[in-house]
Amino acid sequence: MVGRYIARLNAVDVVLWGLRVGVVAVVVIGTAGTLIKGRYNAAQWFDFVMFGLTIGSIYAQIALGYTMVYGVLRLINFAHGDIVMTGAFAGYFVAMPLDRSGFLEDQPVVAMAAVLLVAVIVSTSVAVLTERIAYRPFRRVVGLAPLICAIGVSFFLEQTFRGMFGSAVKSYPDPPWQRAAFHVLGFNVPRIDVLVIGLALLFMGLLYLVVQRTRMGTAMRAVAEDGEAAALMGIDVNKVVVFTFVLGGAMAGIAGVFYAFVYKQVYFLMGFTPGIKAFGAAVLGGIGNIPGAMLGGFFLGMVESVGPTLFLDGIGIPAPYQLRDLIAFTLLIMVLIFRPHGLLGEALARKRA
Amino acid sequence: MRRAALIGLGFGAGAVHLAAVGVLLAMHQRWIIVDALTLGQAALLLLAGGAGAMAQRQVFGAVAGAITAVPLAALLAVMSLVPLNSVFIALSHDLLDMLTLGLGPAAGVAILIGGGAIAGLGGALLRNSSPLVRRAVFPGTISIAVAGVFQELIQLMLQQYEGPVGDFRDFVYTWEGLSLQGAITIFVLAALFSEVLGFVWRMRAERNVGGDHRRERMIRAGIALAILIVLPAVAGSYVGQVLMLVGLYILMGMGLNLEVGLAGLLDLGFVAFFAVGAYSTALLTAGSAHALADLPFWMAMPISVLLAVVVGVLFGLPVLGVRGDYLAVATMGLGEIVRVIVQSDFAAPLLGGAQGILEIPKPRIGNFVLGSPVSLFYLTLVASAVAAFVAWRLENSRLGRAWEALRDDEDVAQALGINLIRAKLLAYGLGAAFAGLAGSIFATMLTSVYPSSFQLLISINVLALIIVGGMGSLPGVVLGSIVLIGLPELLREFGEYRYLFYGAVLIVMMRLRPEGLWPSDVRQRELHAADETLALDAGADAVPAQPR
Repeated sequence: MVGRYIARLNAVDVVLWGLRVGVVAVVVIGTAGTLIKGRYNAAQWFDFVMFGLTIGSIYAQIALGYTMVYGVLRLINFAHGDIVMTGAFAGYFVAMPLDRSGFLEDQPVVAMAAVLLVAVIVSTSVAVLTERIAYRPFRRVVGLAPLICAIGVSFFLEQTFRGMFGSAVKSYPDPPWQRAAFHVLGFNVPRIDVLVIGLALLFMGLLYLVVQRTRMGTAMRAVAEDGEAAALMGIDVNKVVVFTFVLGGAMAGIAGVFYAFVYKQVYFLMGFTPGIKAFGAAVLGGIGNIPGAMLGGFFLGMVESVGPTLFLDGIGIPAPYQLRDLIAFTLLIMVLIFRPHGLLGEALARKRA
Repeated sequence: MRRAALIGLGFGAGAVHLAAVGVLLAMHQRWIIVDALTLGQAALLLLAGGAGAMAQRQVFGAVAGAITAVPLAALLAVMSLVPLNSVFIALSHDLLDMLTLGLGPAAGVAILIGGGAIAGLGGALLRNSSPLVRRAVFPGTISIAVAGVFQELIQLMLQQYEGPVGDFRDFVYTWEGLSLQGAITIFVLAALFSEVLGFVWRMRAERNVGGDHRRERMIRAGIALAILIVLPAVAGSYVGQVLMLVGLYILMGMGLNLEVGLAGLLDLGFVAFFAVGAYSTALLTAGSAHALADLPFWMAMPISVLLAVVVGVLFGLPVLGVRGDYLAVATMGLGEIVRVIVQSDFAAPLLGGAQGILEIPKPRIGNFVLGSPVSLFYLTLVASAVAAFVAWRLENSRLGRAWEALRDDEDVAQALGINLIRAKLLAYGLGAAFAGLAGSIFATMLTSVYPSSFQLLISINVLALIIVGGMGSLPGVVLGSIVLIGLPELLREFGEYRYLFYGAVLIVMMRLRPEGLWPSDVRQRELHAADETLALDAGADAVPAQPR
């Protein structure tokens, strides 16, 4: 019985199983090691979790853009990370003068609303423009051409912003009210984290309502289910695609401003890494699945924030924080290899995978 | 008319983009013809002329050209009222001066729109002119542009000679660039040459219809090779260095071509193999603390290539079941993982961390050290020639056909009895071998390796060059490397706009010419067949769509 099973095993399966076992072993041994050593106290763990939730809520918003576009067009919008960057830049050029005039300090609510509004307008316009210029001509093309074109768009956006605003890293305003923290049960909860998570949840809830309840949202889900059938039912597919890019672009703009407020800087390449990670989050939640993308984003943020200390510190790796991206990318690859239809397993994605 | 306006606005938006990112001003710093025309002005004229040519009829051409200038004129008006350069760093006073020729905003607007209209009219006239005129004008203008833009290089080459060559140089060039009389001379010479060539060509075509394409191609390839061998020896070490880099990218391009062009596996982590080649050569030969052995280059190179193959297969194993665009992201993630590990403190004791590995010796034959860029270029050339031969034989082999089947449809290929696992792993492994060889030479060229040399950008560069050249086409790889790697190296002051150019090239190529500049026969046939079926599909769609 066992012999027959082993005979059927080929080298590829052995490698894949080795990979699974290796990753699980690192996670288990590392976690055990870290917990036994007990070098970190509860407040530090709380900080990791809080940061994970914050960054996760941003990934979740970016992941929504990937997942919606993928659902409708079956295209990885490679430039989505750079659309996030355009939002962050637009926000910067509003936030900076507001900060200098003291308005960001005196009227934080109005000022933040203005920053977000401008960021959303810019990122949405860029998203719609890229769709019109670079993606629409490939609507019926199969193969690698659309993806390569999307890579081109990504480069073009990055370098355009570099040319227009310079390649230096610009530091985002840092008003005192953001730095302050609430004290809950002896833990420090930074205000900016509360703001980012709260607003992200609010906007994602709104988006969910739009997709579930409005006519346009219903049309979008219909196109995602079956584009041709939807077109035969009289749905204007072009309009739906533009609407998808508007929603995705708006979320990306908000995420860009938040990302910049969390990391306190903007530069032209800033969109790449969060973009790739958020794509991983979208796949993790089952691409095309909107609640899945939100969950995937939070999950990825948590793993990335808690992971280095929890998994790697225990097995004695020096400076585990440097390997934060390694953990995120490993998660991304593991998901693509082992669960391409995601944790929530949308039927739509299973058809493709 | 509406079409002309739309075309004009599209090109005009392009012109504003050029101005806003700062390319226009950078181009303005370079003369084509001294005191008469800068590269920046030529670019604007080209845009307006292109808009005119696309608008077809003469009147429309002039309108389209004028409209092309309108967005730029509007930008100029805004700039002269409000200083924009506190936000847009490129919209500076110098740009204003360039657009107005220093004559003030009102005159500037008039000049822009007038110039646009004239250029547009010219473009439309040229489009509707006889082939005789076009055969003279295009080569003439292109020759002026080449002679003007690359004047430093050409002058440097010509400087080595006295006598008639020196006299010709003094006639055509002043010390800062092409003179007006020189430009006219070059135009006339190029136009005459092209007319004569065209005449001869037609005579020959009339005599033997059909012709021997294969032989002709061999002759052309032979000429190109001869130029490649002679050029660096004549042109000096700077050109040698550029050509050496081009050669390395040709090597990598041929490797990625096996993966993407033949097997259809879009691999964005290709740089990892290049890094493996470079790091293993470094570790095996370097005289610094991290070295594992003290082998000569000729021993280390095959070992590095072998290691790259092993890594390629290991890299391919986990992603065997991943397809299409997911594969692109997965391989990119793998490539990034390699970089993160190499850069981290974790691997620093072995790989040197961010400081890299230093003191890699140059290869030597007997007592002769291949130290200069030119001699290293010949090494690269030999390596590329061997690699090209291998790639060419692979393409037409059983394995190559298996890869093509795999690219076209994985499921059908498997049903036909192709061992998918074997074919894919061989694609990764052999592709990695080419990159490993390139990495090995790269390490000795720089005599040091740093993790920052192995960015994702390299993978994208290689991908871009095989796309521009034509996927699955060997001459395409060479052409792509020359256009995308060689040209930007020669135009150093535009270095920072290189990736803007890449992005634009990828988008434009995918939209207008997805088969590349020099496509392989198979690819071209496929794409044209696809066009035909698409046309049929469109026709079929159009019928039921009409009665609403």
